[in-house]
Amino acid sequence: MSLLEFTNLSVEFETLNGGFRAVDNVSLTVDPGEVVAIVGESGSGKSVSMLAVMGLLPWTAKVTADRLTFQGRDMLSMRPKEKRKIIGKDISMIFQEPTTSLNPCFTVGYQIIETLKKHTDLSRAERKNRAIELLRLVGIPAPERRVTAFPHQLSGGMNQRVMIAMAIACDPKLLIADEPTTALDVTIQAQILELLIKIKEENDMGLVLITHDMGVVAETADRVIVQYAGQQVEQQDVKGLFRDPHHPYTAALLAALPERATGDQLPSIPGVVPGQFDRPAGCLFSPRCSFVFDRCHKEQPTQAGKELGCALCHTPLVAGKPQNEAA
Amino acid sequence: MLRLILNKIGLLIPTFIGVTIISFLFIRLLPGDPVLLLAGERGITGDRYADLMHQFGFDQPLWRQYLDYLVGILHGDLGTSISTRRPVISEFFTLFPATMELSLCAIFFAVVVGLPAGVIAALYRGKTPDHAVMTTALVGYSMPIFWWGLLLIILFSGILGWTPVSGRISLLYYFPSVTGFMLIDSLLSGQAGAFESAVSHLILPTIVLGTIPLAVIARQTRSAMLEVLDEDYVRTARAKGLAPFRVIGLHALRNALIPVITTIGLQIGVLFAGAILTETIFSWPGIGKWMIDSIFRRDYPAVQGGLLLIAIIVMLVNLLVDVTYGLINPKIRHTR
Ligand SMILES: Nc1ncnc2c1ncn2[C@@H]1O[C@H](COP(=O)(O)OP(=O)(O)O)[C@@H](O)[C@H]1O
Ligand code: SF4
Ligand SMILES: [Mg+2]
Repeated sequence: MSLLEFTNLSVEFETLNGGFRAVDNVSLTVDPGEVVAIVGESGSGKSVSMLAVMGLLPWTAKVTADRLTFQGRDMLSMRPKEKRKIIGKDISMIFQEPTTSLNPCFTVGYQIIETLKKHTDLSRAERKNRAIELLRLVGIPAPERRVTAFPHQLSGGMNQRVMIAMAIACDPKLLIADEPTTALDVTIQAQILELLIKIKEENDMGLVLITHDMGVVAETADRVIVQYAGQQVEQQDVKGLFRDPHHPYTAALLAALPERATGDQLPSIPGVVPGQFDRPAGCLFSPRCSFVFDRCHKEQPTQAGKELGCALCHTPLVAGKPQNEAA
Repeated sequence: MLRLILNKIGLLIPTFIGVTIISFLFIRLLPGDPVLLLAGERGITGDRYADLMHQFGFDQPLWRQYLDYLVGILHGDLGTSISTRRPVISEFFTLFPATMELSLCAIFFAVVVGLPAGVIAALYRGKTPDHAVMTTALVGYSMPIFWWGLLLIILFSGILGWTPVSGRISLLYYFPSVTGFMLIDSLLSGQAGAFESAVSHLILPTIVLGTIPLAVIARQTRSAMLEVLDEDYVRTARAKGLAPFRVIGLHALRNALIPVITTIGLQIGVLFAGAILTETIFSWPGIGKWMIDSIFRRDYPAVQGGLLLIAIIVMLVNLLVDVTYGLINPKIRHTR
C-alpha cells in the first residue's frame, strides 16, 4: 500500500476577483522509502498542493480531490481532530524559511518538546532527553546547550536543522520538505539535503521534496513530478526524466540546467508563470513554449499516456522531437 | 537587560525636571490665588491678605518659589497643603490606594474583556463578530467619560437601582484601613455584606474608567493578532497537529502580546487622566478628586506635589512595562 495517494487534487482560492485555481488536478503517490520531487518555478502551486494535504491552507482555499488517502485512510472525510493526530506525527512538513517558521518567543527545545508532548506518552524528563537526542541527530553541536536557545540565537542552517528535528520527532512515515534549502547558503544546502536523505534511509520514510532546482532533483529524487501554473505537466522516474523529457517545459528546465554553473540559480526560460490574471487560453505554457503551434492557443491539451510521462501537451516530445504533429 | 533599565532611568531624569516645571507653573497660571479662595465670599483685608501671602511664601519671586520647591523635593518634602494643613505627601498616600484600586480594577477589566474581544475580532476578520467588536470599540473610545458615567448612573443606579451612586462603600460599614484597598479591607473586617458593598460601589466606576483602555486594547490586540496569524510559525504550530486553541492562545497570542503590553503601559497615563473625571462623577475619594478639589482651591503645594507624584508613578509604571516587554520578548532580553 502506498503511503500517500491523491488523485485530481485541486485548490481554488476565493479572492476579491473571483476564484483562482492555484492547483489544478494534480495526482501523486508516495511509497515508503521513496523520494518524490515536485519541481517547477515559483508560483506553480507546489506549496499549495502540499499544504492542502496537510490541511494548512487558510479558509479562503477550497480543496477538492477524487481521492486523498494516507496509509489507506481517507483524509478527505476525516474529522479535524482525527487529522491532527496524524499531522505532525505520521506526516510532517518543513518549510522554506527556517527562521520565520520557528516561534521567536519559545526556545527551540520547547518547540520540539511540544510536538513530543502532543503525540507521545513520554515523561517530562524523557521528552527533554529525546529533544537533545534529536538535536544531536540532526547535527547540532552542543545540543545540551542549544536546547535552551531561542531561534534568533541560531543561524538559518541551524534553525532548519531544528525544524527537521521537530519534524522527525515522532518518527513520521512521510516527510514533506518544501524547498528546505532555498533560503540557505550553498554549502549548507548540500548538508541539509544529505541529512534528509540519511534520515529517510534510516527510517524507511517517504519523502516529498519540493524544489525548483533540477540539480537537487538529479541528486536525490526517485521520481519527479513537474508542475506548471498549478497543473501537473509531467511525471517520470528521475532517470527517464533526465534522459528523455516529454513535456516542452521539462525540456526547457533541463536545457537551462548547465547555466547553474554560472551562478544563476533560476532556470532561464524567458517569461514567467502566469498568475491569476494572465492565464492564456489553451495550453498554459503556450506563451513560453518553443514548440507552440496554432492548436495550443485554442485547445487545452490532455494528459498523454504513462509511456509519455503523462505529459500535458498536444505534442509530447520523444528524444527532443514533438510527436503526432500531424494532428 | 540591566543596561536597558539603567538607560531608561537615565532618560527619565530630564522628563522629571520638565514635570517639576510644568506642575509648578500650571497652577500659578490659573487666575486667582489660594488666599483669596480660602477667604471665600466674606473677602479679606489688604493687610491680612499680604500677611497670609507672606506666610505661605507666595510673595517671593517665582524663581525663588521654584527653587524652594526643588530643594523640598530633594529633601523628600512636598510642602503642606494649604486647605488641610497636612503634608502633601501623607495626604497623597492616604488617598492613593483608592485611586490605585479603581485603576487596577479598570485596567483588569479592560484587559480581561479587551484582549479576548481583539482576538475574536482578528479570528473573524471582516465578519460580523469583527464588525461588532470594532464598532463597539470605536463608540467606547469616542464616548466622553462624563457623559458615559452619567448614562450608566441613570440606568443602573437610577432606573434599575442595582448599584450605588457614589463613594467606595456603604456608610453602614466602618472599619480601619489596613491596606487601603477597600476590597481587601472589607474582607479583613469580617463584617457581613461589607465586601459585596465594596464591589457594588466599584462596578460602575470600573466600567467607566476602563472603557477607553478596553477599546484601545481590543483594537491593538486585533491588529497584532492579524499580523501574527499570517506568520510562518503559526503555520508550523498547526503543522504539529496542535489544537486550534493552543495555536491561537499560545503561539499567536504570545507574540501578539508584545505590542499589546506596550499599549497597556501607555494606557496607564490615560487612566490617571480618566480617573480625575471618574472620581469626580462617582465622588470617589481618590487622588483624582483630590487634585480637582485642590485645583479649585488653588492649593499650590497640593497641586504641584500631587502632579509630580502622579508623574513619578506613571514613569515607574512605564519602566515596569519596559521591563515586562523585555521579559516577554526574548529578542530584547538577550541584547546586552
Ligand atoms: N492564500 C492564498 N490566497 C490566494 N492565492 C494564493 C494563496 N497562497 C498561494 N496563492 C497563489 O497560488 C499560486 C501557487 O502558489 P505556491 O503554491 O506558493 O507556488 P510555489 O510553491 O510553486 O512557488 C500562486 O500564484 C500564489 O499567488
Ligand atoms: S501544448 Fe503546445 S504550447 Fe503547450 S506545451 Fe505542448 S507544444 Fe507547448
Ligand atoms: Mg513554494
